[in-house]
Formats: sequence, C-alpha cells, structure tokens
Amino acid sequence: MPAEFYYGVEVFLNGLMAGVMYSLVALGFVLIFKASGIFNYAQGIMALFAAMTLVGFQEGQIPFAHLINAVFGTEVHHFGWTMPAFFAILFALGVMLLFAFLVEKLILKHLVNQEPIILFMATIGLAYFMEGFGDLMWGSNVKKLDIGIPQGGNFWIEENTAFLGGEDFYGFYLDTLDIYATVIAAVLVTSLVLFSQYTKTGRALRAVADDHQAALSVGISLRSIWVIVWGIAGFVALVAGIMWGSKSGVQFSLSLIALKALPVLMLGGFTSIPGAIIGGLIIGVGEKMFEFLIGAPLLGGATENWFAYMLALVFLVFRPQGLFGEKIIERV
Amino acid sequence: MSRKTAKTDTKDSYVTADGRTIGPAVMEMQNITLRFGGVIAIQDISFDIREGEVRAIIGPNGAGKSSMLNVINGFYHPQEGQVLYKGEVRKPLKPYEIAHQGIARTFQNIALFKGMSTLDNIMTGRLTHMKTGMLSQALWWGRAQKEEVENRAFVERIIDFLEIQSIRKVPVGRLPYGLQKRVELGRALAAEPSLLLLDEPMAGMNVEEKEDMSRFILDVNEEFGTTIALIEHDMSVVMDLADRVVVMDYGKKIGDGTPDEVRSNQAVIDAYLGVSHD
Repeated sequence: MPAEFYYGVEVFLNGLMAGVMYSLVALGFVLIFKASGIFNYAQGIMALFAAMTLVGFQEGQIPFAHLINAVFGTEVHHFGWTMPAFFAILFALGVMLLFAFLVEKLILKHLVNQEPIILFMATIGLAYFMEGFGDLMWGSNVKKLDIGIPQGGNFWIEENTAFLGGEDFYGFYLDTLDIYATVIAAVLVTSLVLFSQYTKTGRALRAVADDHQAALSVGISLRSIWVIVWGIAGFVALVAGIMWGSKSGVQFSLSLIALKALPVLMLGGFTSIPGAIIGGLIIGVGEKMFEFLIGAPLLGGATENWFAYMLALVFLVFRPQGLFGEKIIERV
Repeated sequence: MSRKTAKTDTKDSYVTADGRTIGPAVMEMQNITLRFGGVIAIQDISFDIREGEVRAIIGPNGAGKSSMLNVINGFYHPQEGQVLYKGEVRKPLKPYEIAHQGIARTFQNIALFKGMSTLDNIMTGRLTHMKTGMLSQALWWGRAQKEEVENRAFVERIIDFLEIQSIRKVPVGRLPYGLQKRVELGRALAAEPSLLLLDEPMAGMNVEEKEDMSRFILDVNEEFGTTIALIEHDMSVVMDLADRVVVMDYGKKIGDGTPDEVRSNQAVIDAYLGVSHD
C-alpha cells in the first residue's frame, strides 16, 4: 500500500475523533429537545460557562471579583489556593445542576404549554444572560484549561504504526487528547443509553419525551423530569466544555461549537440519540476526508468551514427528518 | 347474570352471587357541581364507588361523563360539593399526584408511549412503586437493581395475564388499535391501583375486540379484586359488566342502580331513545 493510503486512514481516524466531539455537543441538544420540545439555543454557552466555572474553581478564582472590586474598592482576585481537578469537576457539576434547577424554577415553570417558538426565544435570552453572567462571574480573559489530560501527538501509536507505509510514512499522528475525548465520550454515551433503558428515571425520561399526558397519568412529575434533563444536559455540556476547552482554551469562541452541532442535528435528526452520535461521526469524517481528497488538492482548501452545512443542506432536501428522526406524517 | 344482584342499600360488605366480596365505598362523590364559565358540565351529582365493584357511568354523548371521570381523577376541581376518597375529603391535586394516590386510568384516545416497547410501557406503570434514588439507579447498584428485577417480574405476570407475550418487545405505535388498548390497560394495572378508571374502553373496537376487552375487565375485577369505574356511551356493553350503573344526561344524574333497575327506568329510556318535547 502506498503511503498516501495510510495518510487517508489517518485523516479518517482524526475525522472520527473530531466527530465524537461534535456528537458530544449535539447530544446536549437532543436530550432537551426530546424531553421538552425545546431547541436549547444556550447549549453552547452552557459548555462555555461550565468550562469557565471549572477553571475558576481549579485556580481558586473569587467569583464576581471584578464586581466586588468595583463596588468596595478592594483588589481581590484569588482565594490563594488551587483545587485538584477531580474536586473542581465535582463542584462545576454541582453548579450545572443548580443551574438546571434554576432554569426550571425561573423560566420553564412559567412557560408551560407555550408555543415552541416562545420557549426557543426564552433560551436565546438565557444564552445572552449566561454569556454576560459568566464573564461577570469569572472574567472574560482567555483561560487555559488543564485537568491533566496529556496533549500532543501520541508517540506510541506513531512508532508502532510507522512500519505500515514504508519509507515515506512515519506512523499515524493522533492527538492523545482526542483519544481520551473519544473514550470518555463513548463511556458517557453508553452509560446514558443504559441509564435511559434500564432505570426507573430513564424510563420516565423516555416517557415524558413520548407523551406528556400519558406521563402525568402514571405519576411522573414533568417539572422534576425537566430539572433532571437540564441537569444531564448541563453535565454533557461540562464534558464537552472540558474537551474543547483543553483543546483550544476557554474563551467565547468555545460557545460557537454549538453551531457545529446544527448540521449534526440536521443529519442525525433532532430526536435521536444514536442519530446525534452517527451524525457527528459522519460530519467529522466527511469534512476531513473531503478536505483531504477534494478540498486541498482541487478547491484551494479551507473547505472544513462550510462542508458540514452543505452536507446538511443536501440531507434536508432528501430526508428532512434526518437519518434517525421521527417521520412526520400528517393525517389528511 | 349473577352480577345484576348488587345491593345498593347498605354500607356493609356483602358477597355477590359469583363469589366476589364488595366492600364499603372507596370513593364518594357528594353534591358535585362543575362549571366551565357559564356552562354547567355537572349539576349536583352524588354517587359512590364501592370497593371491589365494577361501576359504570353511562349517558349519551355530551352528558358530562368525561368531566365526571376527570373529577374522580382529581384533574378537575368541582366548584361545589366534595370528593371523599378512602373516607377522607380529598384536597385539590396536581395531575401527577393522582397516580400516587392509587388511581390509575386509561384514555379514550389511547395515551401510550408510542416509541417504547410494550414491556417498557407497562413498566412505567410501576413508577409509583419504585423508590430508589437517582444515584443508586445511575450506578445500577444495590436496591435499584433489586427493585428493577422485582418490578420486572410483576410486569411479566401482567403480560401473561393479558396474553400479550408475543408483542413484549414491539414498539406500541406499530400495534393494532385493540392491542394498544390492551397494553394501556396493562400499564394501568401495573400500578396495582385501588381504583381503576377506564374511559370508554371499547370505543372504536370491532365486536371481537369488544368481547376480548369485556373478558379482561371482568377477569381483572375477579382475579385481582380491582375496583373499576368505567365510562361508556354504549349501554349494551355496560349491562353485562357493571354491578351498578350511574346514568347521566345533560350534566344531571337521571338514574342509579343495578343494570336491571336502570334499564327499566323511564327517564333513562327517554334519554336514550329520545322523547318528544311537547
């Protein structure tokens, strides 16, 4: 086999791992959309906010330091301690759960039985509020997120695959962080699926996603389910925030990963968890392979920015409900 | 048929001719009046539902039967009168709390979880009996696992009872109408309700499906001793099932008693056959 073939394989593998990261973001959307019919515009900001909170705890930042200093004329920034990553993650998770509780209490509760567009508008408001609130709480500077996951090319894989392609091939270059992210995402998704299939609460989640009236009749409280769903979405946002944050730093652009989730959702369907995963993988692999095979040699490169949207558009024409979405059949 | 020997004049328990024990009232409706704005849906209606009996509420379309069911259910709160459940005046409830009170129901237009399998649908009926916390469930550890297995066993018994073993894993959205109704009954039964409400259980069924459903309703009542209140506008269906029948028309009660008594009641005959107003 020529070395080019192995480069192609390497691009494919990298595409798969990038796809996992997209899936992770898309998953947060799907969870909330299924359970409450809300397209949660704030999902990307939730990932950013979770990552900021994690860094804040880890570095012992004083929340609202800027505000405190401005009001009281003090000059405080840090508590003077640092927290181990594990505990910082637990605390950040706690904040995201509290966030889920407050969203239900302050917003969703008052919008029961409203049109989806109104709920969507509410999440836009929520997104901008959180963006400002996050900055106010933790500052708007670019932060480095390091919870101890090694980064950079994995030498072990590189060395042990170098023999495949002959003299011109130096082995697969795979980022260790991506490999970790893939494993973590796989574990997360598997446990979410098992949880929803084999536990009481999981079954209640699926029940609410399916039919609100029937769910009420078997004694499920919609409001507590919404708290749980937003809590899980917050948890997924935290994981996505950690992975993307470790990769490219914690800054505003992190929240834009939500935009990458959109084509994934169009492809996989808004209501399907497997759809979010497969959609993410197709987009990840598709955009890398397209760039490698067609984009770079023929179109002058930089096709990764638009390829996903184009693919989603083509899909919309032929299969509007997505790969795994529920087909909408109107009775006439 | 023996079922028509029900006694209406005593608060004590008695045994029917077919050997079922009927206890004192589990639910008493006292002078219920329900209005929607200016429309009076239910006007000053009183009746009771006794433990272990099959109680039917019948009446022509628009008589207020479904409103009545929703009052029993706690979904609507009547403006006047009170509801006694297990001897106590019931306070207004939130919709999901009703199930926790031991009242299970089926719907006129089937409300199943269409994307979920028969088994999962019936398992949701067990939710009120499952108490373990989120963390234990998430780790699938200790009590959560034991509880899941026990409840699963219970659900399997219901599946056997309703003869739906062959569709255990099928998403209910794909099942024919009659079977969906049966799954919905199964989900309600899974809650081991003290009171089972059936909203037009035979609506839209063909003759064969109606016979099956009647048999299951009788079996449920006889084998589990479940108290059943059912709504039906088709009078003939009810007469073979019910111990006692309440007849409603235009929001008022026009008859109450055993099927035979009700059948010979002139007001009931008028309501069903129509009477010339002159």
